[in-house]
Amino acid sequence: MASELSFVRDKMLPPSAPPVREAGAVKWLRENLFSGPFNTTLTILGIVVIYMIISASLPWWLNSVWNAGSLAECRDIVIASAGEGATGACWAMIRERWHQFIFGFYPPDQYWRPVLAFGLLVAALAPVLFAGQKKNMSIILGVVAVFLVVTLGLAGAPVGAWIATLGLLGGMLALAQVQPGKLLWFTALFPALCFWLLWGGSVWVPIVALMGFAVMGVAYTALVARLGPTGSALIAVFLALLWWLFIDVPLTQVIDGMMPWGLVSVDSDQFGGFLLAITIGVTAITFSLPIGILLALGRQSDMLIVKTLCVGFIEFIRGVPLITLLFTASLLLQYFLPPNTNFDIILRVIILVTLFAAAYLAEVIRGGLAALPSGQYEAADALGLDYWRAQRLIILPQALKISIPSIVSTFIGLFKDTTLVAFVGLMDPLKGVTQIVRADINWKGIYWEPYIFVGAIFFVICFGMSRYSMHLERKLKTDHR
Amino acid sequence: MSDAAIDRSKMQISDEVAIQIAGMNKWYGTFHVLRDINMTVQRGERIVICGPSGSGKSTLIRCINRLEEHQQGQIIVDGTELTNDLKNIDKVRSEVGMVFQHFNLFPHLTILENCTLAPIWVRKVPKKEAEETAMHFLRKVKIPEQANKYPGQLSGGQQQRVAIARSLCMKPRIMLFDEPTSALDPEMIKEVLDTMIELAEEGMTMLCVTHEMGFAQAVANRVIFMDQGQIVEQNEPKEFFNNPKSDRTKLFLSQILGH
Repeated sequence: MASELSFVRDKMLPPSAPPVREAGAVKWLRENLFSGPFNTTLTILGIVVIYMIISASLPWWLNSVWNAGSLAECRDIVIASAGEGATGACWAMIRERWHQFIFGFYPPDQYWRPVLAFGLLVAALAPVLFAGQKKNMSIILGVVAVFLVVTLGLAGAPVGAWIATLGLLGGMLALAQVQPGKLLWFTALFPALCFWLLWGGSVWVPIVALMGFAVMGVAYTALVARLGPTGSALIAVFLALLWWLFIDVPLTQVIDGMMPWGLVSVDSDQFGGFLLAITIGVTAITFSLPIGILLALGRQSDMLIVKTLCVGFIEFIRGVPLITLLFTASLLLQYFLPPNTNFDIILRVIILVTLFAAAYLAEVIRGGLAALPSGQYEAADALGLDYWRAQRLIILPQALKISIPSIVSTFIGLFKDTTLVAFVGLMDPLKGVTQIVRADINWKGIYWEPYIFVGAIFFVICFGMSRYSMHLERKLKTDHR
Repeated sequence: MSDAAIDRSKMQISDEVAIQIAGMNKWYGTFHVLRDINMTVQRGERIVICGPSGSGKSTLIRCINRLEEHQQGQIIVDGTELTNDLKNIDKVRSEVGMVFQHFNLFPHLTILENCTLAPIWVRKVPKKEAEETAMHFLRKVKIPEQANKYPGQLSGGQQQRVAIARSLCMKPRIMLFDEPTSALDPEMIKEVLDTMIELAEEGMTMLCVTHEMGFAQAVANRVIFMDQGQIVEQNEPKEFFNNPKSDRTKLFLSQILGH
């Protein structure tokens, strides 16, 4: 017995190659496709289904027609080339009407403005999305520059705008090499610039409105030493509100009277298609995140009134369908405002969509906050960090990181929900524009093509967001689990 | 850990009062966790607090930097009384370092950033200077080479030493240890205790909740035994371990030293 218990290895074994069945493609196939009778059946069934879908739809795709004046013409071409009874896609409709899907009824001679706004949007997002990644930032700025040079040329932009754009992007590209952090200033100013490019009008409107923020900043820095952050922030916001309510409009008129510089005004009714969807989507995404964070923090607050207000707001908004809120925006809001106030419909919709998304985000972020161990709060407290610093430096970076997948899901949902503005008479790409196209006698009866086209663009944008969030998750992964 | 290896030359206790607790009571809801706590800690004292679990020892030291609120009595730390005044609380917290059982390092920041964060944002130390200080303390806890790693890449013992360095970067006058070694593997306990001994040798005022009786015997100048939210017995370590007075203490010591 004793001899069986005692064992000493006198020679160590060298590693050897695994058996053929356990390596390479054979292993992969066996494990993933044919790992048992049930899975083998599923694999074969799956292949059959894929074959049936492809064989049914492939001719339709292959017989696509790109050059035709009407749906009837399309059909004739398909029959002539593929024989009686053949079907084919009629992309000629997209070729003729693509600009409506993109711009709605935006005046065609002004197309360069939304194009420029879109290009600069990407440029403004680059420093936020790729903070600290000089190479990615430069690539994006370069691509935007090339895109704008070509598209602005095609859209017939004024030479001045063309040169100014090139100068701006060149400058940003140079700055990205030296001090990429400074590019955030462009991001901060971009909303005003974008507003002016899209709606036009006097250049002084956005500039004077921005001065309200300058008032806020100056007031805050002047007061913070004496009153502390909370008090001075309140006074600064109050002063800025005074500026916007009482000084903004008269001052704009005075300056505009002296220097009437501006672009042709474009009315909100003329917006449509993806221009509308992206305007609403991007603005709502940008503003819903900070509001959602504040709501989430408010919901966790010890202060009863703050907490009650936040909970009430979140539960109310989440309990009501978005369409109800949109109807409120388009109809009811008018009753509560003073008569003859012209409160832009797109702005109203943006505000409601923002609040809607913010309520959802608040709950998503609350989940992230709840997932943090209480030790993190205690360690921050024990080091003497005050509430806002602890939140900003310790708690939120971790809570937001945990919630990235859900936050991006909310954003994607929000972006797709922008098509619901069709219900208040705005021309969204899915229902609004498609209906207009199908009302045309030439394209009456066209069904799949516009939806596939719009769906493809939505997919590209949403898939892009999804991939970006995965990239961000990988980048921020520091826990090494 | 023999007494011979420890340098007691700087471990002097001054007359200056570091912490004064008088008639302090605390309740969790209706549960009376801390009952009539009275204690005075002189500067330079090294106090070990022990007792069975649930005896309120962690709660006691967490009251000293106001992670827990007390409802009755007085706590004065470094001449500042802890009340609801946030300014006083922040002042006390920046003077008192704390090391937790589960380290509580910030996992999204590197070791160096963990150490420089509070000095930069609370003490307003310039970044460069804060980094130099951090490296100084990281060298002291013997892990300067880990400065640019993340907490998740370090072993438990290393993480706890980083946590000690992080506290030291705030140049605290008092250090609180809340069971600093009870989440560690036996092999790693020693490296953390060695760091704490070194700190004691430099004259730091320390309050330490721990079950490491060897550490208590070697370093502490006073051992406090708590049970059911009250201080049952306190004495200098030799007397405490060799000649415990209360029956409760005897029972506790026989249970933790008996095997």
